[in-house]
This record gives sequence, C-alpha cells and structure tokens, in this order.
Amino acid sequence: MRTIGTGMLAGLLGGVALGCVSLAGMTGTAVAKAPEYTFAMITHAQPGDTFWDIIRKGAEAAAKKDHVKLVYLNNPNASGEAQLITNVTQQHVDGIAATLAFPDAEDPALAQAEKAGIPVVGFNAGTSEWKKAGMLMYVGEDETIAGEAVGDRLNTLGAKHVLVVDQQQGAIQLEDRGDGIKKTFKGKVSVLYVDGYDMAGAQSRIVAKLQQNRDIDYVVTLGAPFAPTAIQAVKMANSKAKVATFDLNPQAVHLIQEGKLQFAVDQQPYVQGYEAVDFLWLYKTNGDVVGGGKPVLTGPTFVTSKNVAAVAKFAERGTR
Amino acid sequence: MTIMTNGTMTGNDAPRTAHPQLVQQAFWRKTLKRPEAGALGGAILVFLLFFVVAPPFRQVDAFTTVLYQSATIGIPAVAVSLLMIGGEFDLTAGVAVTTSSLAASMFATKVAGNMWAGIVFALLVSLAIGALNGYLLIRTRLHSFLVTLSTFLMLQGLNIALTKLVTGNVATGDISHVPGFASAHAIFASTFRIGGVDVSIAILYWFLFILVATWVLLRTRFGNWIFAVGGSDESARAVGVPVRRMKIVLFMLVGFSAWFLGMHMLFEYNEVQSGAGVGNELLYIAAAVVGGCLMTGGYGSAIGSGFGAFIFGMTTEGVIYADWDPDWFMFFVGATLLTATVVNTWLRLRASGGK
Repeated sequence: MRTIGTGMLAGLLGGVALGCVSLAGMTGTAVAKAPEYTFAMITHAQPGDTFWDIIRKGAEAAAKKDHVKLVYLNNPNASGEAQLITNVTQQHVDGIAATLAFPDAEDPALAQAEKAGIPVVGFNAGTSEWKKAGMLMYVGEDETIAGEAVGDRLNTLGAKHVLVVDQQQGAIQLEDRGDGIKKTFKGKVSVLYVDGYDMAGAQSRIVAKLQQNRDIDYVVTLGAPFAPTAIQAVKMANSKAKVATFDLNPQAVHLIQEGKLQFAVDQQPYVQGYEAVDFLWLYKTNGDVVGGGKPVLTGPTFVTSKNVAAVAKFAERGTR
Repeated sequence: MTIMTNGTMTGNDAPRTAHPQLVQQAFWRKTLKRPEAGALGGAILVFLLFFVVAPPFRQVDAFTTVLYQSATIGIPAVAVSLLMIGGEFDLTAGVAVTTSSLAASMFATKVAGNMWAGIVFALLVSLAIGALNGYLLIRTRLHSFLVTLSTFLMLQGLNIALTKLVTGNVATGDISHVPGFASAHAIFASTFRIGGVDVSIAILYWFLFILVATWVLLRTRFGNWIFAVGGSDESARAVGVPVRRMKIVLFMLVGFSAWFLGMHMLFEYNEVQSGAGVGNELLYIAAAVVGGCLMTGGYGSAIGSGFGAFIFGMTTEGVIYADWDPDWFMFFVGATLLTATVVNTWLRLRASGGK
C-alpha cells in the first residue's frame, strides 16, 4: 500500500515534469529547420508578471525573425539568476542576454561566460553597471532618468504630495525610479511598500496611507498591475488624489482611455526583449556593437489620453 | 468591535445567584481557558498600541480598512484552523485562491460566456484540489506538509502555464463585461454604507464563517470528530470515526474557503495576475496558530483564527497609520506578531496553570 502510494505520487510528479519539458520544447522550437544559433535570455522576473511576459514576446519575435533558438529562463533571486547564467554557459550557448539586477551576484557567472567566449548583452536592469560587468552592449531604460521625467511632469501638473507605491522592497531599479522622482519633484514624496501581487493587501495599505495623510494628491505606482488597485483605493479612501503609473499593460491602457489613469511611463519592454536578441544576432553575424559605449535607451515615453488611441491596439495583443 | 463581543460571549453562562465577585472570577477563568483567550489578549494589546501611536487608527473608516484586510486573511484561516485542529497542514491555500479566480475567469470568458458557469466550474476545481490533497495524504501516508507542498508547487506552475496557454498572457482579461458579472459582483464583492463608511461584504462573510465553524466545532458530532481525529487518529478510528473521510472533507473545506476568497478577489479586482497568492498560505496558518491552534492538532478554535487574522490586519495597517519608516515595515509586522503571540501563550499558560 505504502509503496503503491509513493509510486503513484512519483509517477504523477514525473508526468508533470515530462509535460513541462514537452511544453518548453514546443515554445522553444517554433522554427522547423535547425536554427543557426542558440541564445539564452536570463531575467530576474517574478513568474506571472505581465511586464516580463511582454519582454519575452519581444525576444521570441526577434528569435523567430533571426532564425535563432531562444532559451528563456528566469529566477527572481540573486543567486538563482547567477546560477542560470552559469548553467547556460556550461551548455555553450552562442550568446546570452541577461538582466543585471544583482551585479554582485552575477559578476562571477558573467566572467565565466566571457572566459568561454560567449558574448553577453545586458538589458532592462543594470544601466549603470553593465560596462563594469564586461557586457558588450546594453538596451533598456535609465530608471533614474525615467523617475526624473515623472518628477518634472508632476511639477507641471501641479502636484504637491506624491505617494510612490513600490511592489518589491529593495529592488534597485524601483528604488532608482523613486530616487529620480525625489530629485526633480518639488513637492513632498512618500514611499509605500506593498507585497508582490497580494492585491487585497496592496489596496488596504494604500487606503490606509491615504487616510493617514490627507494631503496626498498624486499616487504613482511603480508597476502597471497596481494602477487599478490604486484607483480603487483612492475611491475607497474618499481621496481626491490622481493616479499615474510606471509601465504599461492592457488594463492601464483602458484606464487611460476612461480618464481614470492620468499617464503611464512606458519603457517599451517589447523593444528591450527584441533588441537584446537582435543585438546578439547582429554581433554574431556582422560583428556589430551598438550604442557607442552608451546604453541604448527604450524609454521613458509617456502614454496619456492624447496618444493612447495609437497604443491601444498593440496593447490589446500584449506587445505594448 | 463585533468580533470582541463574540469572544466574550462564549463564556457567558455564569450562574445568576452566586456572589458577584465569585461570578466575576469564574467568568474570567472560563474565558481564559478557551483556546482563543490568548489571541484576544494579543488583539487587545495590538489594538491599544496602535490606538495610542496612530491617530488615524481611531477613525471608523480606518477600522473598516483594517477589518477588510483581516477578512482576506481570515476567510481561509477559518477553514485552515479546522484542518489544523484535525491534525493536518495545507500549504496550497494561498495559490489555490488564485487558481480558483483564474479558473472562473478563464472558463467564463473562453468557454461558457457566462460568469456563473465560471463560478460553478471554479468551485468544482477548488473542491477537487482539496479532495486530491486529502486523497494523496491517505494513499501516500506522507506528512500533509510534504503532500501539500508538492501540490502547492504544482498549482503555482499550473496557474502560470495554463493561463498563458489559454489567454496568451500571464494575466486574465477584464471580466466586467461578461454576462452575470453584475449579480456575481453583488454577491461576492459589493460594499454597503453604514454610518457614512463603506464596508465590504467580505467582512460579513468572514464573521458568518467564524460563527458557523464555531457552532460546528462546539455543538455538532462532526465538530467532535475533528477534535478526535486531530488528537489521535488511531483512537478516533477505534471509536468508529471515519478518519479518512474526515480528512478529505477538511481539505475540501479549505478548498471551499479558497474558492470563496478567490471569487471575492476576482470580482473586487476584475483581473487576476497568475503569479498571485504565493506566500499567503503562511499568513492563514499563522492566523490559526496565533489564534490558539496547536501545530500538532487536536486543539484550537475558529474564533481564535479570527483574532489571529485581526491581529495581522491591525498590524499591517497600523504600521502605515503610525507613519513608521516604510523600510522597517516587515520588521514591525513581524515584531508585533511575535509580541502578540508571546502574550497569547503567556495568558494561556497562566489560565491553565492556575487550577
């Protein structure tokens, strides 16, 4: 009985593992002929985040166009992401595109990749660290510049007290956004940390903060999934505050169209994923190095009620 | 406030004719011996703390925010406390909430075209997950910690992988235009005004579930069986309790509570992130344990889980109302919980020690 039971569980787990492998195989090898190169994309994404899904779609589109095989892997922890870089280095992939979210942890792994002669392109996170880490090129948004742009915009909109909602306490790129706002914004800035995707918790905490401080007149969420929650929270707290967000997703587009969300700061994640793969391909096939030693910036661009119509149809299919 | 009256009412059958001082003492002793007594003490302590240090905490609308936060932990915590009294753990409860909302949303938008079909489908899925947990536990005879850890990890993967397969994105689409949305929203996620303050219906459901679970535990044969199974399943089996069926039913109850909260989350927020829910299972278990459930089973109460959730809700909101440095947020939450739990244990030991 005991052995039958454990055998069954093992079988079940094995079946699930097999299923995962075949699924991964299906998405990885969409092209019929053997691809020229295999590139690995390593990110610090939290699983199930709309933003990272858009990056991945961009990377897959470029891989398809360039006829390369793309291996996409992610781990939100520093050691986990470094380990993934080591793994693909040992698999002798032809190029690596990695987010430099945890420079200290990733540096040794990146050094290994360089020693093995594998070109590495940085993207999305690590605007100030990528050169030191020995990366060839970098494509992404300068988070501090994006934050500063938001601060400027809030000044022109006449905001007095801004509440910044941060969904990942300690994540360097989110801190940079907040610091950018503090640098240029002339009024007061408060920061509120919420806990990942616990929307009920996030909502209650924003309501509490708005009740605690009645003079907050703008709420800026550092991730698009939190914009609708912030809007709801403002309503529940009977606050007059307006809401804006970093990043874009289909729901944020709807909210801008409805006038409930003032603006979204788009860093165009699709472009980041697309270019990271394309840069590797250009380097392998043509020896190109893009950017002239500077990061290639994909943002910030602002999506407001004025230009939202043009963006909407792309957001609908999940690429903006 | 209602919840505190509930707590004291359980020991409210003191004799009428006795000497007033004796009555007082007997009443307190009886109250303090209840499993939730310590949690009540902890809750009062945390309440007083934030009442003093956080001015907005004293307002009614702040209090309803606290209760709402507590309810989203407390609804599954009621079922989790029953399961823990029955001697088992469930680590799937956090992601199972998300599974349920995802199932309802995707079945309604992609298959049935009606919200209520999605809701029923999600209920079946949630009950099936509970039944699977119980069945695997019985067949493998592994510790429930290990069984539900495995199913938890599998669900976490399925949530993301299936959502992406079905919708092409990692979040579900907006459901607010699907037929049946309005009625479902009214049932699961409406708010009403009391004295100029918006109150979420989730808070009422939470109280209702606590009352029903308490009645079941203290007044029914099923409740007796839960204590018996958690105390010792061998002796429970010896006196004719259907132990296996009981465990499966308890896991299905957790599934039901996950479904219920999942429906609230779906209709409150309209869209579901497939990565949500991870980590919340620990809050439900913490609420049950703070509320007096023993990790080893056989002892605890449903009201206690309510106080546990309430302590957690007060702490997370209170830290914000007090305007403490946000960098220290999690530290304060942990420290307050620890203090509340120590007070809880101390009170319980004093009560049971002084016979």
